[in-house]
Amino acid sequence: MKNNNKNDLLQIYRTMKTSRYFEERMEKAYLEGKQPIFNIGAGPVPGEMHLSNGQEPAAAAMIVHLTKDDTVTATHRPHHQAIAKGVDLKKMTAEIFGKKTGLGKGKGGHMHLFDPTVKFSCGGIVGAGIPHAVGAALANKKKGEDWVAVAFIGEGAANSGAFHESLNLAALWNLPFILVVEDNSWGISVAKKNSTSVPSNDIRAKAYGIKGYLVKDNDPVEMYKVSKEAVDRARNGGGPSIIEIETYRFLGHFQGDPELYRNKEEVPTLRGKDPIERLKNHLLKENLATPAEISALENKVYEVVDDAYEFAIHSEYPEPNEALEDVFC
Amino acid sequence: METIKAKKDKIRKLTGSKAMVQALEQELVRDKNIIVMGEDVGKYGGIFGSTTGLYDKFGPERIMDTPISETGFIGAAIGAAAAGLRPVVELMFVDFHGVVMDQIYNHMAKIHYMSGGNVKLPIVLLTGVGGGYSDAAQHSQTLYASFGHLPGMKVVAPTFPEDIKGMLIAAIRDDNPVVFMFHKTLQGLGWMDQLQASLGPVPEDAYTIPLNKAKVVREGKDVTIVGVQMMTIEALNAAGKLAERGIDAEVIDLRSIKPIDKETLLKSVAKTNRLVVVDEDYLSYGITAEISAIMASEGFHHLKSPIVRLAIPDVPIPYSRVLEKYVIPDAQDIINAVENMITV
Ligand SMILES: Cc1ncc(C[n+]2csc(CCOP(=O)(O)OP(=O)(O)O)c2C)c(N)n1
Repeated sequence: MKNNNKNDLLQIYRTMKTSRYFEERMEKAYLEGKQPIFNIGAGPVPGEMHLSNGQEPAAAAMIVHLTKDDTVTATHRPHHQAIAKGVDLKKMTAEIFGKKTGLGKGKGGHMHLFDPTVKFSCGGIVGAGIPHAVGAALANKKKGEDWVAVAFIGEGAANSGAFHESLNLAALWNLPFILVVEDNSWGISVAKKNSTSVPSNDIRAKAYGIKGYLVKDNDPVEMYKVSKEAVDRARNGGGPSIIEIETYRFLGHFQGDPELYRNKEEVPTLRGKDPIERLKNHLLKENLATPAEISALENKVYEVVDDAYEFAIHSEYPEPNEALEDVFC
Repeated sequence: METIKAKKDKIRKLTGSKAMVQALEQELVRDKNIIVMGEDVGKYGGIFGSTTGLYDKFGPERIMDTPISETGFIGAAIGAAAAGLRPVVELMFVDFHGVVMDQIYNHMAKIHYMSGGNVKLPIVLLTGVGGGYSDAAQHSQTLYASFGHLPGMKVVAPTFPEDIKGMLIAAIRDDNPVVFMFHKTLQGLGWMDQLQASLGPVPEDAYTIPLNKAKVVREGKDVTIVGVQMMTIEALNAAGKLAERGIDAEVIDLRSIKPIDKETLLKSVAKTNRLVVVDEDYLSYGITAEISAIMASEGFHHLKSPIVRLAIPDVPIPYSRVLEKYVIPDAQDIINAVENMITV
């Protein structure tokens, strides 16, 4: 248990750090060509950009329990989940830069990342990924494999029809399915309390006769434990669960969000509880890593991410008429 | 022609989004039965600025933020309309119609007919359309034709601020369901492309503009170019350049997708004898096809050369700028088409 824990927690730290550094670079890349006047369509990374800084624990501490045979579906805010699932970082970055070498040859962009080699997908329609994961779980079960499927959503998506229909299906068919709800308190500008009839979505598990968990205050270690229980249950035929984790949105809904709807104190308070720092302190305090090991790990992370950006930046754009390809196989 | 009843002395320049807000504000004051519902229409003021400031003026009872439950709140608009309210509901991006289309086309659009005219549904469904800023396949569509295809709803897509205000007021006062499409780039938002056309003179007082009339926005004699929203802007840009080359193009802003104003289209082509239709929607079965069919069956004798249809070539809208630019028609495509047509 201890040893396993150690490797897993280090892996979680590595993933969270990779995601954070990746997004810090993305925040800068996104602003290129958009200053002094912000224009959403300008610069090397145009379009909407939803960053997940602060939300890393949900993805990292769940996906550490998964293998490449397990399916993950994600959202419009997909970088942390994609990185945790082991999506090819070079191709993912190139996709976000609209390059031919990207996961979707530049056709998808940041909200539409597909890497079938590690069974990862995401999309721009809120709630839409939930039934896809249910379907993957159904396929796993029919094939007699012990693979699981995990859908990640924001708490806002828990009020979509897709959420309720999918949970009923997953429960009815006793599928190896887990729904992770990342509660960052906000659906764009709408606070959870103004959108959701219950205080937390683990309560809703009862309505479907499945297990519900609530992870408080963005705690990566707690998320790790709870996820293990849910994944083990799903693998062993015990059926679906919902895990809701209270998490933090450090940035706007999208880059360029004026955020006039939220209290100025909120973000500094959340940043003061940065889950990455908290996990680092935990690793050091519990003697699971030395400061030297941590900094070696971090340097490796920076190198991997920097390589991905180099690759993306130096890749070619597609030829314009490649727009006509890939509609059909 | 227009029924602008406002006093012409009180005219201010407004952006598309401010024109929407002014229309909504004046109507909310006039009729207590109007409510506005949608995601982020409250404090945020609408992601594309269509409700800015209304929450502060009218409060949460009338300007209601909703959960991400489109089937729920757009379906509720139907029930509320049948029960006496006049709901204005916003579907943030038209692309999200997928999750709520049953409510829209099986219920909102058909109940008046199926009830033999006994149930009225005075609903305005506001929705943002359009691409051109790399928002990719699920956030860049216009879907004009998808809505225009289905009987039972009026579908409008105005371009200029004056039309936006007048047609929105007309839509709110209409007892039928009206799908009111606003183009994101024409809202005059600070964070998108800055277009001159997104700022224009708007009479201060409330006025209406009919929901069934196209508008000749540039007169000419050599060729008719029909556009909607951004394609009207591209057509006007093309017409300017064509004029330098001695080609005098007439530009029609369609404004209303359903019903479509055949009369204005036929009258123009009777004069110019040539037709180019430009659409920021998919090619097959779309506006370009509809207008071509109208010409083929009712204006065939006017045509001196084959009609040219410019539209998105039946592919989802790609993300990468080079790819997106390739699929969305622009002024240069129009110029090429017209020059080809006229030299042939
Ligand atoms: C069906 C649908 N409705 C609305 C939207 C617009 N939209 C995109 S993200 C978002 C908020 C999502 O909130 P949440 O699920 O909590 O995820 P978060 O953005 O907080 O990560 C909304 C309303 C959408 N993309 N799809």
